[in-house]
Amino acid sequence: MRQPYHGVVLAAPVTVPYVRYSIRSAHWWLARAFSSLLEKSKLKKEEIDGLTVSSFTLAPDTAIGFTQHIGLSPRWLDHVPLGGASAVVALRRAARAVQAGDAGVVACLAGDTNHVDSFRLTLANFSQFARDAVYPYGAGGPNASFAFLTAHYMQRYGAKREDFGKLCVAQRANALKYSHALFKKPLTLDEYLSARPIAEPLHLFDCVMPCAGAEAFLVLSEEKARTIGLPYVRLLGTIERHNAFSSDPVQLRAGWALDREELYAQAGRSPNEIHFVQVYDDYPVITLMQLEDLGFCGKGEGPAFVREHRFTWDGDFPLNTSGGQLSAGQAGAAGGFLGMVEAIRQLTGEAAERQVPHAKIGLVSGFGMINYDRGLGSGAAILSSNE
Amino acid sequence: MSESISGSKRKNPILRTRLPTLPPAARSRVALGLTAAAALGRFELQQCRDCGMVQYPPREACQKCLSVRLSWTRQDDKGELLAATVLHHSNDLFFRERLPWRLGLVKLACGPTVVAHLHSAAPPAPAKLRVAVRLDRAGQAVLVGLPDKENVNMADDRQLREFTCDPKHRKVLVTDGKSAVGQALVKALAAAGAELIWVGHAEPWKRLPGFDELQKLPQVTAVPLDVTDSKNVREVAAEIGAKVDILVSNAELHRTHGIAARQGVEAARAEMDVNYFGLLRLAQEFGPAMRARGADGLASAVAWVNLLSIYALANFPPHGTFSASKAAAQSLAQCLRAEMRPAGVRVVNVFPGPIDDEWNQLLPPPKLAPASLAAAIVKALREGVEDLYPGDVAQEWLERWRDNPKALERELSS
Repeated sequence: MRQPYHGVVLAAPVTVPYVRYSIRSAHWWLARAFSSLLEKSKLKKEEIDGLTVSSFTLAPDTAIGFTQHIGLSPRWLDHVPLGGASAVVALRRAARAVQAGDAGVVACLAGDTNHVDSFRLTLANFSQFARDAVYPYGAGGPNASFAFLTAHYMQRYGAKREDFGKLCVAQRANALKYSHALFKKPLTLDEYLSARPIAEPLHLFDCVMPCAGAEAFLVLSEEKARTIGLPYVRLLGTIERHNAFSSDPVQLRAGWALDREELYAQAGRSPNEIHFVQVYDDYPVITLMQLEDLGFCGKGEGPAFVREHRFTWDGDFPLNTSGGQLSAGQAGAAGGFLGMVEAIRQLTGEAAERQVPHAKIGLVSGFGMINYDRGLGSGAAILSSNE
Repeated sequence: MSESISGSKRKNPILRTRLPTLPPAARSRVALGLTAAAALGRFELQQCRDCGMVQYPPREACQKCLSVRLSWTRQDDKGELLAATVLHHSNDLFFRERLPWRLGLVKLACGPTVVAHLHSAAPPAPAKLRVAVRLDRAGQAVLVGLPDKENVNMADDRQLREFTCDPKHRKVLVTDGKSAVGQALVKALAAAGAELIWVGHAEPWKRLPGFDELQKLPQVTAVPLDVTDSKNVREVAAEIGAKVDILVSNAELHRTHGIAARQGVEAARAEMDVNYFGLLRLAQEFGPAMRARGADGLASAVAWVNLLSIYALANFPPHGTFSASKAAAQSLAQCLRAEMRPAGVRVVNVFPGPIDDEWNQLLPPPKLAPASLAAAIVKALREGVEDLYPGDVAQEWLERWRDNPKALERELSS
């Protein structure tokens, strides 16, 4: 049995407001995120002795180069370039470092820039497999990969475009109450259905919009958080898994399906005790896959689950309460942090107009790295308020 | 049945000719194994020599047993289409100009799941299909999902035609129409639907059998062309160079001796003048215009075929100087290939064994019939093959050469 995460907490959720395009480098975005953490926590720079960095566009630098960039001398450092799985993985590593005393306060940062041409270059060189065996096929990027998964899922489990549309429409409603979301206009199901095709069966509102932005949070001991008077949330349980089910010919499930029982056992909670869920939503089919694999419904029951529930912040199944990446924008690796930062806000009562009533337990799920034909990394964490 | 494309309409001279762009060309070195197979038209995937695992995308180690003893071996090309998509957006210029673009995710019978370009006649998923490896316009290997069964006009598929050099509706120059091979080529190209065939003939005063007959074909226009005459080559290029879609450089001079059997260098120089400098002259005069027309609609400039010889790989001493001239031509053809690639124009090198003509009279059979060679060249153009070893002799010599080049050298000289 793995050791519990007693005594470790998350605090200081911060967002550097997204923009569609930025002339700054990733360093600028990460530095702003770090500075926001200090401002929010009232800690001095020297008091941060651990750092994780997640970014696609930081190259040629990695986390270590960034320490010199911002003049920080941490005694614990990790580079976590895992895309949508970055937040859960960074949290897991930071939590153990804090528990073991290797670091006192760890800043977990994620940020990316987005120049007008940088998305194309990121796609062309995303991985060796992508460069050899995906990008030369129409250069559609993740749109093409997720079009396959979506088409296969629809055919296999009878999902309709209306099901995906319902999620997108609900997330947009959530985003309208989140000031940092890039999408400011309401979305109707008709608008969703009549949008132009991108990679069939995906249409415009199924696809995230790449943008620049950054997200960050702190991982520290409960004692320290209490001493400095910082609102915090507890980590009840967490899992990660990479390259699960590699012999499945096409992805219909990922690591959660392998590890979810351990997640709920470690947290001492069951799916029906979760008050809200933040999943990785680069495409809506992945939201359904997570809801199934995390045990909110059975495999293939995603479409029925969607039809039965309401996913707005005030619905019976609050999901992606800050709009998700589909409505907030996908700021590179920060997209993997969006749900984690929002979950901390919800559980510390900082979610303002979109505050989920009586939110005590939240689940955050991460999914990342379409290395070839599927997402490789998956992770999840169950957090609770400190009440 | 696939939709048939119609012949090229006359170009509107006011509109700008679209400039060639290429699909993404970057590959890891290990992935070039697929390109090497595609160049020969073979469906090969990486297979572990220790545990037999077939894997894709190519890796540096076996994903199952971690062995690094991996080789490219022929595989069953059958598969099941798991899902399909039609791209309406691309981040790459080449595809952006060719949208919409159909793709498939295919589970191969031999194991891996692959992303493939998808033929328009492939049925919706789930469906059985066949996967072929093709060279794309960048000269790199790609996989293409094809309907399980051949159908009429299948080669006319808009996407497939981006990977092939089909003579249908194209204008072709055959540089020597008097040789047996040249005449067979003209007939095969006409039968394959070439729209217009210019047939070069040096020394027009020589009336060789069959040539008058050939000129009666409606597609054929005879052009006085002597590849040893720079001025003549330049004039012909000025006249027709901007219209040639496929150039077949087949003029050759073949004398049958080595070094000791003949005094002086005149015969060897004459061989070089046709076989090597002739190619160089053609490349200098016709290359630029063809490069400019690499994306000129459905009947763009698309291929340059060089008639080389299996003796280009290893010298055949009884035909020693001829072998040397073909080796020189092969090297030059590699240079030409590099220079034509930015335009997406494929350089197809043909390495026949002994052809059944007068200059190989004394060689024992098997010898390659000119009609078989011509048919193989047309097939190579249709399938987008880059290196063609037509016939049993060439295939066997290729295998020997790949297995052990030194052994082949000794075998040829014994």
